[in-house]
Amino acid sequence: MNQVRLSRVLFIGYVTLVLLFLVLPVLIVIPMSFSDSRFLSFPPPGYSLRWYDAFFSSNGWMSAAQTSLIAAVSTALIATPVGVAAAYGLNVSTHWSVRYLKVLLLLPLIVPIIIVAAGVFLSYAMTGLLHSLPGLIMADVMLALPYVITAVAAGLQGFDNSQEMVARSLGMNRFRAFMAVVLPQIKPSVITGAIFAFIQALDETMVALFIAGGQNQTLTVRMFTALRDEIDPTIAAISTLLTATSFAMVMLVAMARQRTTA
Amino acid sequence: MKETTLPNPGLQAMPKDNSARFQRREHHLMLALLMPALLIVTLLLIVPLGWMIAQSFQVNGSFSLEHYERVLTDGVYWRTFGLTFRISFIVTLAALLLGYPLAYAATVLPRRWSLMILALVIVPFWTSVLVRAYAWLILLQRSGVINQTLMGLGLTDAPLALVHNEFGTIIATVHILLPFMVLPLYATMQKIPRDLMLAGASLGGSPMHVFWRVFFPLSLSGVLAGMTLVFVLCLGFYITPELMGGGRTVMASMLVSRNIQLYVEWGAASAVSVVLLLMVVSIFYLVSRLVSMERILGVK
Repeated sequence: MNQVRLSRVLFIGYVTLVLLFLVLPVLIVIPMSFSDSRFLSFPPPGYSLRWYDAFFSSNGWMSAAQTSLIAAVSTALIATPVGVAAAYGLNVSTHWSVRYLKVLLLLPLIVPIIIVAAGVFLSYAMTGLLHSLPGLIMADVMLALPYVITAVAAGLQGFDNSQEMVARSLGMNRFRAFMAVVLPQIKPSVITGAIFAFIQALDETMVALFIAGGQNQTLTVRMFTALRDEIDPTIAAISTLLTATSFAMVMLVAMARQRTTA
Repeated sequence: MKETTLPNPGLQAMPKDNSARFQRREHHLMLALLMPALLIVTLLLIVPLGWMIAQSFQVNGSFSLEHYERVLTDGVYWRTFGLTFRISFIVTLAALLLGYPLAYAATVLPRRWSLMILALVIVPFWTSVLVRAYAWLILLQRSGVINQTLMGLGLTDAPLALVHNEFGTIIATVHILLPFMVLPLYATMQKIPRDLMLAGASLGGSPMHVFWRVFFPLSLSGVLAGMTLVFVLCLGFYITPELMGGGRTVMASMLVSRNIQLYVEWGAASAVSVVLLLMVVSIFYLVSRLVSMERILGVK
């Protein structure tokens, strides 16, 4: 019996260590961002808001943040309806091609991101979309689609299709039946998909490194270039803000899901 | 919408209507709904990918295998692919060793604890890769917390070089990819009936014995899914080795980007891309014969 207890303690201890490994690095950035020193020693010698000030008063950082926010919001607004339509289409059809089309739509996740980036760069270089905001948004939409489609497909699987059939047999056309009967019931998964699209676009770095530039540089691209040169504490402030955004978004997802189970 | 022209709306509402016309209409509707998504993926990914494949077989506009010859014989390319594979193996193994107990704990502990574990896995998952690479740069730098602690404990006299090398790359990559291991593992473990464990115990099996003979074999499909995902993602990693590797840890994806951005060598970049893509696709294909594709990818 004693041996069982010992292995239990060891197991819990190990799991705790792994959780600390996962979480501590994300958390350590937060006190760093409030440091009053240029040097990233821990614990910080004193606390101040100077790095937040450095971020919010820099034109370069602000315009990059603006580009990123516009791209992330537009991506969520475009990828959500496109993804919902695609997920619904895949769900209703029994055609043999469905399997292949599904894989095709998941390709942006399967193909290594560097190859995706090279491909997008190539098609934009030919069409003059390089360094443009619409180009950036379109690439973000493509990368967000697999997330929206998987989230909505999961929602549709839990939905009883005969309800839609009833609405239509009572005379509603397909579109109205979808809006009035299906959509309200899969709303949590649609919200989840939209939020995934938003975070994905906000955090996307690789493709933006190839195609964003000039006036339309994104926050992550600027961070990446800054990180290559030196470990500037301003980045700690930005990291904290980004992490807080992601955290808030994950909370929103959790709340959207909670409402369905309640 | 075309539907309104049908004389009897009730007809189309029949779920199992076998008429060929009905089937065709459903198929057309599906294609129409998929069109925007398919168009975006085709224009931004499929077409350029096709062009790159064509480029990889061409030198000055005529067919040639020169690029592949170079990729397969040049030492630089060999070393890079070798390093990429080695890092991917180490990262996958480390993620399994760290992730399996975590997923197991989330499965067997009371709901309150398991929710907490899952939350602690998901929050870093949705934190930007850049933020996490930055955090590791701070932690592992010469004057960072880890070096300070090691020196404070008297384990080392001079700060260790923990970053801007392969070690730093591996640590940060494991951290970033760990959720991709834990989530499919947890999804699989959750479906294993608890009764089986109880049955094993009631037949006199010790907890260890029951775990290894009953639980572990049933969790193997999750192990396979998680390992595949982590390995394949690691093969294509770029941001982390670029930031953590200090220019010395050159992975396959960096060959692609350097050939494009520094040398404007689309032929070479395309050949490396095709080789990388072939590896990823064949791994996915092989594994998908054992575990369903949705199970591997339906994580996020």
